[in-house]
Amino acid sequence: MRNRSLLIVTTLAVTGALSLTACGSRANSGSSSSGSSSAAAGSTTVTIGVDAPLTGSLSALGLGIQNSVDLAIKTANSTHEVPGVTFKISALDDKKSPQQGQQNATALVADSNVIGVVGPLNSGVAVSMQKIFDEANLVEVSPANTNPALTQGPNWATGTKTRPFKSYFRTATTDAIQGPFAAQFAYSTLNKKKVFLVDNKLTYGVGLVATFKDEFTKLGGTVVGQDHVTSGANDFSSTVTAIKNSKADFVYFGGEYPDSGPLTKQLKAAGYNVPLIGGDGMYDPTYIQLAGAAANGDYATSVGAPVETLPSATKFVADYKAAGYKDPYAAYGGYSYDSAWAIIEAVKAVAAANSGKLPANPRQAVETAMGSVNFSGVTGTVSFDQYGDATNKQLTVYGVKNGAWATVKTGTFSG
Amino acid sequence: MHELPQNLANGLLLGATYGLIAVGYTMVYGIVQLINFAHGEIFMTGGFGALTVYLGLGSGTSMWIALPLMLLGGIVTATVIAVLAERFAYRPLRNAPRLAPLITAIGLSITLQQLVWGFYPKAKSPRVFPSLPGGPFHLGSITFQSADIFVVVAAVASMLFLAYFVQRTRTGRAMQATAQDPDTAKLMGIDTDRVIVIAFILGATFAAVAGVAHGLRYGQVSFDMGFVAGLKAFTAAVLGGIGNIYGAMLGGIVLGVAESLAAGYIEKIPGMSQFGGGAWQDVWAFVILILVLMVRPQGLLGERVADRA
Repeated sequence: MRNRSLLIVTTLAVTGALSLTACGSRANSGSSSSGSSSAAAGSTTVTIGVDAPLTGSLSALGLGIQNSVDLAIKTANSTHEVPGVTFKISALDDKKSPQQGQQNATALVADSNVIGVVGPLNSGVAVSMQKIFDEANLVEVSPANTNPALTQGPNWATGTKTRPFKSYFRTATTDAIQGPFAAQFAYSTLNKKKVFLVDNKLTYGVGLVATFKDEFTKLGGTVVGQDHVTSGANDFSSTVTAIKNSKADFVYFGGEYPDSGPLTKQLKAAGYNVPLIGGDGMYDPTYIQLAGAAANGDYATSVGAPVETLPSATKFVADYKAAGYKDPYAAYGGYSYDSAWAIIEAVKAVAAANSGKLPANPRQAVETAMGSVNFSGVTGTVSFDQYGDATNKQLTVYGVKNGAWATVKTGTFSG
Repeated sequence: MHELPQNLANGLLLGATYGLIAVGYTMVYGIVQLINFAHGEIFMTGGFGALTVYLGLGSGTSMWIALPLMLLGGIVTATVIAVLAERFAYRPLRNAPRLAPLITAIGLSITLQQLVWGFYPKAKSPRVFPSLPGGPFHLGSITFQSADIFVVVAAVASMLFLAYFVQRTRTGRAMQATAQDPDTAKLMGIDTDRVIVIAFILGATFAAVAGVAHGLRYGQVSFDMGFVAGLKAFTAAVLGGIGNIYGAMLGGIVLGVAESLAAGYIEKIPGMSQFGGGAWQDVWAFVILILVLMVRPQGLLGERVADRA
């Protein structure tokens, strides 16, 4: 924390001194300055914005995003990743509301120091922000959006892929990969043919279930029932009764752990012991805490290889702990770190191409540079394809064994 | 139809929890004509109060010892917050236009949520609540859990206590008098301020019991659990006839059973399959509310009172 407040104090002092002496150092934006004589000469400060729900029921995930971006920025500053450029963070709360997200996007675009944005968490919020960022050529990297339409256009399912916004990138994988991957796992590996589908009526859950359903029926499986629950309702007794009556082999759930934890608990308490399978939104230790022993035998898919197999991930976990953040990095911490780092890499490339200095208005150049970013991040190799999607299409199935998540199978989905 | 008993049991249990919260809404409304929208958060703090006691006891404690202490902890937390809210948020506005305390209640609701979110350790995601040992039990084709027994016992005991209190005790009769006509009650020597505080305390006690029941049944408490529960309980209070304590419990049970049956059976009606399942259960619950209010605007057990809106 000391580092960050020091940074803020320095920035304030620098900008304050600048406005007092009214010395415009370069043709660059307002608060970039040549700094005081004691600081590194020719240092430019740029801002990486964060948009995520920092209050409300998804704040645990949102604060994890904010802290992880903060960690990436601190790391870049301490190692002088981009010589002559200092990064700072500006985090805004979107309250998981598309309206608030749009207002935040406008505010970030208006601040000429903002060079890139990490966020948002919710696919629904992203829809309202994309156009505003795109018009300003401001790069946006989401660590968590999984709706395929965000990068591949509304007709992606029929094979007509068009990229709607060239400033939008994501490090998260899409439902178009995760749902079918889970379907293949359930049908071929677990040999289960009858599924009961449940979603929580939010964009993420509905999308996941739809892609799962398509692949599962294509493989020859049967959907014996489908229900939709209200997120946060906690009482799933009518859904549980419906699942019992459907005689399903397993349940596929589209949604996050606050809903799937109680559902699996209530299902097994009712005496119906079949596995519940879900996506990355429920791959969280809290899931097992909420469900207790009922979680044993359940599965979740998540993007990338298991964290413990990547040295960069263990470093991230250790650094995060050492930085002393109050809230955990949660489900999207690694992707958030990589999202911020991708922006930093792009800035580095732009500065390098311009003889070590950032050009006057670097947004357009950063957007172009994003397409060729390639580095080894927390979640594996980070780079983007022609739609702005992560090229890392590796997925892992995790299962609950003896009250902990254990790696079951790692694979790549193709097709 | 072999799952009908199970659906009815599910609805009854859900409704009993709604009813316990609804009692607090209806009692406060009956006496001061205030819709206390912060009541859902009182329910939530009851759950967190109980959790705090449990965490303080350590995980090795038997639930038979822990549960009474947790109930006590939940009730104390909820009543203290309710009394403070009454004293500092509502009493200064006693003679203000009716909308002022209503908006205060909404503000208080948001404040309490955010306080728990911000200051209770790790409350930003749902906190795990202990569960009762034993179960599941089978009764014919019905499966139920040990926490469900707690809900039934708590709801019946609470209602019996309330009936006795309101009808047989001096304070209870003072409460009825204040509800009928506060000014005259005051002239007859009733300390109406005290009666109002007692109404808040009783409401908070029942909400705390419901909060513990919620935690035991679903294995978690979260800072925003009071919002949906409070809204449903308010609906139950209106459905039963706001101001009538038995109506609150009846309204809760009708609402719970209606939700459960709607989720189970609407989709079996030919041509209605897309309106069934859990997705539409709230819609059907409110359709029933509207239908009941069209026939009986005063609610199921409410009385038509000319001088009240």
